[in-house]
Amino acid sequence: MRVALFVTCLVDLFRPSVGFASIKLLEAAGCEVVVPEGQTCCGQPGYNSGDRASAQAVARRVLQDFAAYEYVVAPSGSCAGMIKTHYPELFKDDPAALEQALWLAKRTYELTDFLVNVAKAKAVSASFKGSVTYHDSCSGLRELGVQSQPRALLQAAGVPVKEMANAATCCGFGGTFAVKLGDISSAMAEKKCAGALATGADAIAGGDLGCLLSIEGRLRRRGDDKTKVIHVAELLAGPE
Amino acid sequence: MARMSGVRADAVAKVPNFEEIRTAGAAIRDRVLSNLDAYLFQFEQAAQARGVIVHWAETGTDVNRIVRDIAQQNGVKKIIKSKSMLGEESSLNHYLQEAGLDVRETDLGEYILQISGETPSHIIAPAIHKSKEDVGELFERVHQMPRKHTIPEMCREARMMLRPHFLSADMGISGANFLIAETGSVVIVTNEGNGRMTTTMPRIHVAITGIEKVIPTLEDLSVLLRLLTRSATGQATSNYISMLTGVRGPNDSDGPEQMHVVIVDNHRTELLASDMREALRCIRCGACMNHCPVYEVIGGHTYGWVYPGPIGSVLTPSYVGLEKAGELPNASTLCGACAVVCPVKIPLPDLMRKLREKSFERKLRPASERLSMRLWGYVAARPKLYALATKLGARMLQWMGGEDKLIHKLPGGLKEWTNGRDMPAPSGKTFRELYAEKKAVGK
Ligand code: SF4
Repeated sequence: MRVALFVTCLVDLFRPSVGFASIKLLEAAGCEVVVPEGQTCCGQPGYNSGDRASAQAVARRVLQDFAAYEYVVAPSGSCAGMIKTHYPELFKDDPAALEQALWLAKRTYELTDFLVNVAKAKAVSASFKGSVTYHDSCSGLRELGVQSQPRALLQAAGVPVKEMANAATCCGFGGTFAVKLGDISSAMAEKKCAGALATGADAIAGGDLGCLLSIEGRLRRRGDDKTKVIHVAELLAGPE
Repeated sequence: MARMSGVRADAVAKVPNFEEIRTAGAAIRDRVLSNLDAYLFQFEQAAQARGVIVHWAETGTDVNRIVRDIAQQNGVKKIIKSKSMLGEESSLNHYLQEAGLDVRETDLGEYILQISGETPSHIIAPAIHKSKEDVGELFERVHQMPRKHTIPEMCREARMMLRPHFLSADMGISGANFLIAETGSVVIVTNEGNGRMTTTMPRIHVAITGIEKVIPTLEDLSVLLRLLTRSATGQATSNYISMLTGVRGPNDSDGPEQMHVVIVDNHRTELLASDMREALRCIRCGACMNHCPVYEVIGGHTYGWVYPGPIGSVLTPSYVGLEKAGELPNASTLCGACAVVCPVKIPLPDLMRKLREKSFERKLRPASERLSMRLWGYVAARPKLYALATKLGARMLQWMGGEDKLIHKLPGGLKEWTNGRDMPAPSGKTFRELYAEKKAVGK
């Protein structure tokens, strides 16, 4: 299986280790991984800010750069959701681009979903010792149905998951929302942290870096420097 | 809110085909919206045949004038009111009071707000922002009665204070959850008996509702009722469902002598003609706000007008103008929780995004925001330039992170991030750079 990795702009800038971990997991599952060079971002910041023209310009590049691969995998439900569920809407008035978008949407997957349902990854191990609580990111959960997949992988790796009551509630990140309405965003992150900490887990794990940056940022601000906040790919791939 | 979302989940779980009913509900509402004129006409004919006077109001001002005229022409002095969202849209209470009429809210929540001089914060639980203690204290002060400490005691006290008004009012004003085209009936769904008393005890009943509230048949009503009460309060059915069909007949023991229905446009036809028509499917159940994590943090009043929560963020800009309420569609993470629970499948996040596009196009967003989006779009569509920008960015952010690798204060357009949290700093090189280095070594 030839897989193109969509690194995502946040992983590229903030946490490259998530990208490397994704490659490791995909290769371990028997995939040949390619990282198309020209990639930047999926276009979501523009799309959700009402700047359709900019979003289209950025998304057109993705259509081009990822046209030639059997599968496209992103370590983010948000970016995979953008490509899968929103590109067709974004290009609804441009028949040629729409055709490409629908074709791309078919081949695009969120990482854990791909590992479980397409690559059928078997031997998963984690070097992480301790328990985690899992945050379900909104787009992955509600646009792509990502919920059992990361848990299945964690279970296979023998990592105990302690569920928080508000696992499926938004953490308040919301992309540009986090800088447009920062106070509301932080208050939501606080609720997420409170729910996560109440489980007593050693780490908070998730599948979207945006959420994790917001959750970790809030945890550190409230003075917690011991609870780990970690992307599920890093957790499963272990240290470099 | 956790409580209200929990009860919905339990109620929905008991109906195995709830998804099918949602699809059917959305289809009924869509059918109405595509043939609105025909169903309204049918309703008018059927209602008139039963002695109901139907009024058409284009704006909120028209609503106020029509209701005042009905009151004045009939020598009305005291009015009792049960819930009417349209009355809220046009500030009807205030207008009638200015005209010298005595107006009493009779819904417990609305009554609490009226005596404390506040506005509602939720469409089905308008006083949800007040605690039991707040209400106990308010009643003690306003009613001049000994302090009550339990909810049943407070309800009893409110009932006692309201009873004389029910008995002496000349006119009752209500909203309507649905208008049935085939029978000309006005349907009101409530949990307190006040709705029934308001609409049947005084000699005149005036129901005020929006043009979109009509539905074709009683059969359709049964579908929508199954959705409404479960989505709203988790009840299989509400305590009272009143079907008011015409005035009191010669052999009827109760009912009003005069019945009026005021059907209001107030910008609904504009919404109908737009690409946001789905918003008019709304049956005002409140589920979208009960499940909204933003609403949970900011409460209903922050939404500024009659309708709070996600549906408010869509309706308010459409009804009062995007210039005046442009921030509302941005006050969402687009997490999608609302769309999942909406009983008539309104794609609320998509509608908010459409409004964001409209305000961006109409240059209603701050210039700095528009500029930074355009700049981002320009750079992100040019990989070489983007690689350079992120390379510099990664180093700068690393430097800002300092020793503890946390940024405590972000500058410019990013500064709100660090109001209530830190930003974990990156390690200094982008994935792109590291990957290229690795590949070079590999070769
Ligand atoms: S938008 Fe949907 S969920 Fe919200 S009040 Fe209307 S019907 Fe209920």
